[in-house]
Amino acid sequence: MSEGYTPEMLDLIKKVEESRPQRLAESKAGQAFPAMSMDARDEVLNAYHPDYTEEGRRALGLGPNKGEVYPEELVDLLESRSILESIKADLSKPDYETDVLVIGGGGGGSAAALTAAAQGKEVILATKLRHGDSNTVMAEGGIQGADQEPDSPYFHYLDVIGGGHFTNERSLVAAMTNDAPVIIEWLESLGMMFDKHPDGRMKARHGGGTSRKRMHSAGDMTGAEIMRVLRDETRNRKERIKILEFSPAVELLMDDNGRCAGAVLNNMETGAYYTVKAKATVIATGGTGRLHYRGFACTNHYGATGDGLVMAYRAGAKLGYMDSVQYHPTGTAYPEQNVGLLVTEKVRGLGGQLLNISGEQFVFPLEPRDVESAAIIRECVGNGKGVKTPTGRLGVWLDSPLIDELHGPGTVQRELPAKYIQFKRFGIDIAKVPMLVYPTLHYQNGGIAIDDQSQTTIPGLYAAGETTGGVHGHNRLMGNSLLDILVFGRRAGNAASEAIDGGVEIANASLDHLASYGKALTDAGLDRGALSPMILPNYATDEIRDRRWDVKSPVL
Amino acid sequence: MSDNVQDNKPIMVGDRTIPPADARYININVMGQPHEVPETLTILKAMEYAGHQFKRGCGCRGGICGACGTFYRIEGDHALKTGLACQTVVEEGMTLAQIPFFPANRAADLDLDPDTRMSASEQISTLYPEIFRCVGCGTCTRTCPMDIDVMGYIAYFKRGDIAGGAEESFDCIMCGLCVSRCPANISQMNVAMTARRIAGAKLTPKSEVTAARAEQVRSGRYEPMLAKLAAMDKDELKTLYVEREREPDLAKPGEWMPQDQTYL
Repeated sequence: MSEGYTPEMLDLIKKVEESRPQRLAESKAGQAFPAMSMDARDEVLNAYHPDYTEEGRRALGLGPNKGEVYPEELVDLLESRSILESIKADLSKPDYETDVLVIGGGGGGSAAALTAAAQGKEVILATKLRHGDSNTVMAEGGIQGADQEPDSPYFHYLDVIGGGHFTNERSLVAAMTNDAPVIIEWLESLGMMFDKHPDGRMKARHGGGTSRKRMHSAGDMTGAEIMRVLRDETRNRKERIKILEFSPAVELLMDDNGRCAGAVLNNMETGAYYTVKAKATVIATGGTGRLHYRGFACTNHYGATGDGLVMAYRAGAKLGYMDSVQYHPTGTAYPEQNVGLLVTEKVRGLGGQLLNISGEQFVFPLEPRDVESAAIIRECVGNGKGVKTPTGRLGVWLDSPLIDELHGPGTVQRELPAKYIQFKRFGIDIAKVPMLVYPTLHYQNGGIAIDDQSQTTIPGLYAAGETTGGVHGHNRLMGNSLLDILVFGRRAGNAASEAIDGGVEIANASLDHLASYGKALTDAGLDRGALSPMILPNYATDEIRDRRWDVKSPVL
Repeated sequence: MSDNVQDNKPIMVGDRTIPPADARYININVMGQPHEVPETLTILKAMEYAGHQFKRGCGCRGGICGACGTFYRIEGDHALKTGLACQTVVEEGMTLAQIPFFPANRAADLDLDPDTRMSASEQISTLYPEIFRCVGCGTCTRTCPMDIDVMGYIAYFKRGDIAGGAEESFDCIMCGLCVSRCPANISQMNVAMTARRIAGAKLTPKSEVTAARAEQVRSGRYEPMLAKLAAMDKDELKTLYVEREREPDLAKPGEWMPQDQTYL
């Protein structure tokens, strides 16, 4: 079954099939395409990795991180005025008052809410879409935790910091790896259906860059299982946790002493704004894949537009590692319906090879993710040897049929059931024909700077999960993002509760910081008349945009 | 092939659809409004192409979050079909309506207390007695976009096999389409959610290894070791990193132990 490909593409696939017997023989003889030297890695990274090239990046012109060079789409958001800057609202009578306001309803936000509620705190969890709509649900592979006998947080720490090129914030790495076994135990107690041995022992596997087996899973939908369990538990705590869906926070409230005092929410259904006064606020708004840096497709959830970064930065919070983005080497490039969706590293782990338009290998299949991505971009853009899709995208072949030839018929279907079905739906049998792939935006390594208690540089403001930066350094290992969100979500909930117990006074909550930020923007000559945060991506055609006569795009 | 690609620069438009010059267009009908859209798009992308900006009815865009459950009919065919908007390709003559939300009964206050005197089966039948009204029509199973045997797992619960039903329902993304079609007014997805949590917490043996390690963490055992790492310079860390022993891929659980056991 390969009618999902165009006749032109099927012609090109013949070249893959022609070179396959030779490649199979080489693989069986243990002859791999040579891995790059450290110098060669640097060369391809510097020339083609989006993090290393100048194109598409510029220095941020204001605020605590002024001068740092970030992707332009992010700089555009940060160099924009607030939609609430000139609003005259009475903030002396908040619509809601609570102990803890959690912004974001993914795994990190839910963990923060549950933890604060367990400490007896009143919690409001406000989220842009539905509770649970997040990148958490999309994490397939697993969650790390050093719970097996030959392992310990010490070795987990070494793996994390080595994987991150030794640039990680060490206190965060220590916090994450030390909490991990407790997190796994907590999830088990909440009724998560972990993959287990009959005696109850967790099944633990290796992941890229691990020295011990500590990858825990629930089928190939670990994140979705974590999320639905946490959501269900949150709903069971409704006497303490109030959930406001379709109500994104758009700005933080700040008091006269520079303390975060809550946020302004927008009810997306009615358009009405509401103020929440909170003794502590937790930002858990996730990543930025939907900004589509340099036009890249992404693996992220629809809501991943970086709202939390924008409001925290306007309020004066420091960011960190924001120049570092993880591009997953193998995002789907065809069919159009699947564009950007992740094709797991496991395909290459099983022996799948990357091939250019001529059916030739051009890179060792298991280089570090950043190197592999840069090599694919070089082959397509630099060498002109990519395959063009009918919609004008480029890609290289990922020869999945080779897996069945190497390990026996049925391997692809058995080992990659979700991918198999996802392509079969569109007339492509990946056991028989290769997939077309191109790097895809996957994860934001950087974000709001926090300490090991999830405290940002602003008093009263905490942050957890992908919206923060530091714990993974400049490269994250598989299985540490699901862990990160839960560790720092829980730490945020605990730290917020402790601070509240110590006594919190809010002195005159206001939105005055927005005008100051707007003035700084004008003074720096950076005001383009653009507004942010973005809230929702806009995928309309140019024709439709032109016909929306009365609407200005939220970000110009 | 398309002439959209020039100088080997790919068209990079994120998730926006740029149809090729020779694209074929088909007619679909979104909640009564006709649109002409390029063929091969998913319902989700076709609606965006037509100008919709989703608030509801769109989530992960990868078939795992349950936000975009959709009913549709094809002109000339009496059958009512279902799918996820992000996974279903538009067809000529398709008329569709999304069901981004459907009221469901959720019996809260699940008691995961290990000392509860109720059996798992009693808990389910007390919280959700309506499962015994299932008429066995199978509409839920035919409706499920994840191809789960929904009626099958409800039958497991009726028989008191909570673990079996939990397993059978595992792929559920809680889109609610089954709930919308059940003549017995069962909210299958919520029954299954409760059952899975009971199965995970109480019907499966607890991981003793994990509990023991968590206790060691709480006792503060690893804090001095982590402090030692924190105080090292980068070169020392690098050396430790490079020299760390790797657990063999085929080692059986609990059998392999490293040479150096100082930091366990």
